[in-house]
Parts: sequence; C-alpha cells; structure tokens
Amino acid sequence: MALAETNTALLPPTVWQRLKKRKLALFGMALIFLTLSGAIFAPYLTPYEPNDQMFDGLTMQGAPMAPGAQFALGTDLLGRDLLTRILYGARTSLIIGLVANGVALIIGTFVGVTAGYFGGIWGGILMRFTDLMMAFPALLLAICLAAIFQPSLWIVAMVIATVNWVQTARVLYAETASLSQREFIAAERTLGAGNMRILFRHILPHLTPTIIVWGTLGISTTVLLEATLSFLGVGVQPPTPSWGNIIFENQTYFQAAPWLVFFPGLAIVTLALAFNLVGDALRDVLDPTQRGRA
Amino acid sequence: MLAFIVKRLIQSALILLGVSFITFALLYLLPADPVRQIAGRSATPETVANIRTQLGLDKPFVVQYARYLGNLVQGDLGRSYLQKTEVSTLIASRLPASLLLMLGAIVCELVLGITMGVVAALRRGTSTDNALMMASFIGVSAPQFVVGLLMLYVFAVQLHWFPIGGYGTFAHLVLPSITLGILGSGWYSRMMRSSMIDVLRQDFIRTARAKGLSRMRVLSRHALPNAILPIIAMIGIDVGIFMGGIVVVESVFGWPGIGQLAWQAIQRVDIPIIMGVTLVSACAIVIGNLVADIASLFADPRIKVR
Repeated sequence: MALAETNTALLPPTVWQRLKKRKLALFGMALIFLTLSGAIFAPYLTPYEPNDQMFDGLTMQGAPMAPGAQFALGTDLLGRDLLTRILYGARTSLIIGLVANGVALIIGTFVGVTAGYFGGIWGGILMRFTDLMMAFPALLLAICLAAIFQPSLWIVAMVIATVNWVQTARVLYAETASLSQREFIAAERTLGAGNMRILFRHILPHLTPTIIVWGTLGISTTVLLEATLSFLGVGVQPPTPSWGNIIFENQTYFQAAPWLVFFPGLAIVTLALAFNLVGDALRDVLDPTQRGRA
Repeated sequence: MLAFIVKRLIQSALILLGVSFITFALLYLLPADPVRQIAGRSATPETVANIRTQLGLDKPFVVQYARYLGNLVQGDLGRSYLQKTEVSTLIASRLPASLLLMLGAIVCELVLGITMGVVAALRRGTSTDNALMMASFIGVSAPQFVVGLLMLYVFAVQLHWFPIGGYGTFAHLVLPSITLGILGSGWYSRMMRSSMIDVLRQDFIRTARAKGLSRMRVLSRHALPNAILPIIAMIGIDVGIFMGGIVVVESVFGWPGIGQLAWQAIQRVDIPIIMGVTLVSACAIVIGNLVADIASLFADPRIKVR
C-alpha cells in the first residue's frame, strides 16, 4: 500500500492537475460553466419569453425601460426583457461557437494533416489554397458569403467555418510534415502499416494537444465573428436573439439607453475571454516546449 | 536574399490572381440581381434585357471573368452599378482616410502593447504582471463594435472630450484609432513580454550588468532594441486584421474610408465595389505579409532564407 502511494506521488502530474493550479484557467472554466448553465436553464431563470413584446416593457413615451426591479437588465426598443434575450442569446453563441468551430477544426485538420503527410502535388495544391485563403480579409469574405446565402443560424455557422479553418490547417501542416519524417513513422511503415493506420494510430494522437488548444482558442474567435456579423446585420437574423443582433437592433438608441449595448457586449467579452483563458492555459500545460515558461 | 524576394513576389502575384477568381466566382453566384436593382421595379422585360446586355451579364462565366481580368490589369476595377462612377476613383478617394485610421491604430497598438509588455516582463510573476496580462486577454476578447460604441458613449456622449464620429480633425481620429488598435495591442503586449523575457535571459545582458552598466542603460540600450525588433517586423501582418476591422470601426464612427464604402456597397448589392474593395484589401494583405517576411530577415539575420 505504502509503495503504491509513493508511486502515485512520483507520477508526473496529469493535465487536469496542472490545469487546476492555474487560477486564470479555473476562472475561465467557471465563466464557461456559467454561460452554459444560463443557456440550458434559460426558461427556468426568467419569467419572460425572449420574443414577448410587453405592454409594460416600455415607458409612457415608448422608450426602453432602464434596469430595475421588474426587468433586471431593462428592456429593449420593442419592450422585450433584455436579460431574457441575453440568456437565450447565449444558446445562439454557444451553438455557433461549437458547431462552426467543430466544422472548421475538421476541415483544418483534414487539410493540414493530409497535406503534411502525403505532400507532393496534393499537399502543394492544398497549401497554396490555404495561402490564398490567408490573403482574404476573413470578415469581408464572411460578409460576402453571408450576403450570398440568406443568413440563418446554420448558414452563419457554415460561413464562419469556411473562413476559420485556415490557421488550424497551417499549424497542423507544419507539425505533420515534421512528424512524418521521424524514425518511428518510417519504422511503422517498414513493418507494413498502411497510411490509414499510421495517420490514425500515430500521427493524429501526436497532434491531439495542438488540436485541443486551437479548438479552444477557435471557439473564442468564432463567438467574436458571429457577434460581429450579427452586429452588421448579415449574421443571425432577428427575432432569433443573438448578442450581436441585440446591439444591432438597439444601436440607434444607445445614447439614451446604453445598457442595451453594455450588457450584451459584456456577455460577448465574457464568453470570448473565458475560452481564451482556458485555451492559453491548455497551451502551456499541453505543449512540452512551453513548459516552465510562465 | 534577392532570389527569395523575387520568389515571394511571384507567389504574391499568383495569390492575387486566385483571389480575383474566387471573388468573381462568389459574386457571380450572388442571387440578388443587380440588373433589377438598376432598372427599378417598373422596368419592362426589354429594358432589363438591354441593361443585362450592356453590362455583359448575359455572357458565360469564363468570358465575363476574362473580360474582368483584362480590365483589372489596366487598373480598371469597373464601374459602380448604382453610383455610375469608376470603382477605382471611389476607392482612391476613400483610401487616404482608411490609411490614416490604420496609421493611428498602429501607433496606438505599438505604444500600448510595447509598454504593457515591457512592464509585465520586468515585473514578471507579480500582481502587476497578472493584471496587465489579464488586460491583454480582455483586449483580444472584446469585439471592436462593442469597444467602439462604449468609447463613443463614455468619451463623446458623457465627457464630450471627442466628437461623436465623423472625420476631419485630429480629435476625430483618436477614438477610432484606439478602437482599431486595442485588439493588436493585446497581441503585441503578450509577444513583447515573452520577447523581453527571452532577451533578459541572454548572456550579453548579464555581461552588460557585470561590467557595471546601470539597470536603466542595460534596458534601454541592450535589452529593448533586441526585444522590439521581432515585434516591429510583424506590423505587416496587422494589415489582415485591420482590413476586417475597418468595416466595423468605420461604420460605428462614420469614418469615410473603404470599409464604410464596402459596407454600403454590400447593402446595395453593388458588386463592382465589393469586388474592388476585397481585391484592394487582399493586395494590402499580401504586400503586408511580404513586408513582414522581408523585415523579419533584417530584424534577425539568424533566420535562414529558405
């Protein structure tokens, strides 16, 4: 027994053990948990409906109500409860954050890994295409795409995925290209392993830390891009609440009712910050070359 | 060195050719019909057909693209459908405002980013360091339209320090520049911090201290120049971030640059303008990356030319 205990103590700390020592990472995880709970339990957290235009939600002059006892964060231009819209808006942000980023990660991994592993003409074509995508201003391209397809929740997610896979592809390409040159891959091939086995059993496991880090940081980028597109009116369309389009709808009124910009803005910053904090801590914890450099 | 630059120039030209093709293909697919927009709702089918032939929009895709490319090489970006002006003229008249805004943003992000990074590196591990790095995280997590609107509210509406949007004087430039620069200053402060920490660890810093130089002198003459160079070399890459950012920042502050032009064109489906701005932005990004590559060669001669 005593021996077993000593052994566990001598083991290098797991990723979770190292991660939980970082206060900022824990703070980020708490923020993500909070947003996630808000999104899931939205119907139980608020007595109102997100699209309910309430008669008593506007002042006698027809202006939005300031934050107060009845409406905790105030109401918007149409007399809808702002807190309710922000809670339901969290669903939009998280769905797009996870779906768009998931698709971008799959495209990026496929392009980067196959280009790096097979190289040759295939790799050349893929990486030149990646260079081409790098030259496009991501936001302008996303605006063009969103203008071509009528924006719905899923279209916006796909538009973001289309412009966001590039970074992942470049990073994974470089890592795969150098991995493929290592002896253990050559040894595996000599033993008769096929490409599929090498890719899935040897290359991908080595890339997992990088994929996790870029996947986490990517959610933050995605949340920001969705908010920006919705703010410009080419993202998620009202009445579906999204943090970006709440600001878009109420922008004209922001001098008189700054809370209509402040609270949704705070929500966007909080969620993007949370994923950045966790992603950055994961990078330090997972990347052996970064270890010890705080 | 020269061979490297020539090779990168050829690559850049090919990338731009690809960009022109993709932009053209995307807008060819656009379901909104520009002819309908020009002709108006009450136009007869003949008028619509006439306009279509006039604009060459009845020709097959390849023919339209070839004609577009031919004009492009001569510096002709086409005519705006709605404003009846040359796109190149429109962009040229708007470009100085955007360049001024970007220059302001570069100054902001460098001053903010480098100061924060140096202070954080010198106070490494303290609460000052933590606070500064937290601030830089918030900087990269804040969408520009939120930062812009809040700045407008606090500094223009409440405090009256700056005008509420518009263009003309130095005071007009301040808020948009800060808004556009904050994102970059977040990245720069983090890069500056780690660059500074790396340099402070080097042997020549210890030597400088050992031979009796003051701490101030070691920092200003030995550490800073070495730590800043790789950071400065990256300014070219910012162009990519700015090109997206100006669409948002210019629309929030009513700044009359190419970002606002693009934004208005998108709402009116004015295809030649959208294509023109996208191409000009892509050009700027390609040139920016080229400059960054060459600059980093000069900044650190240890980088080998591939």
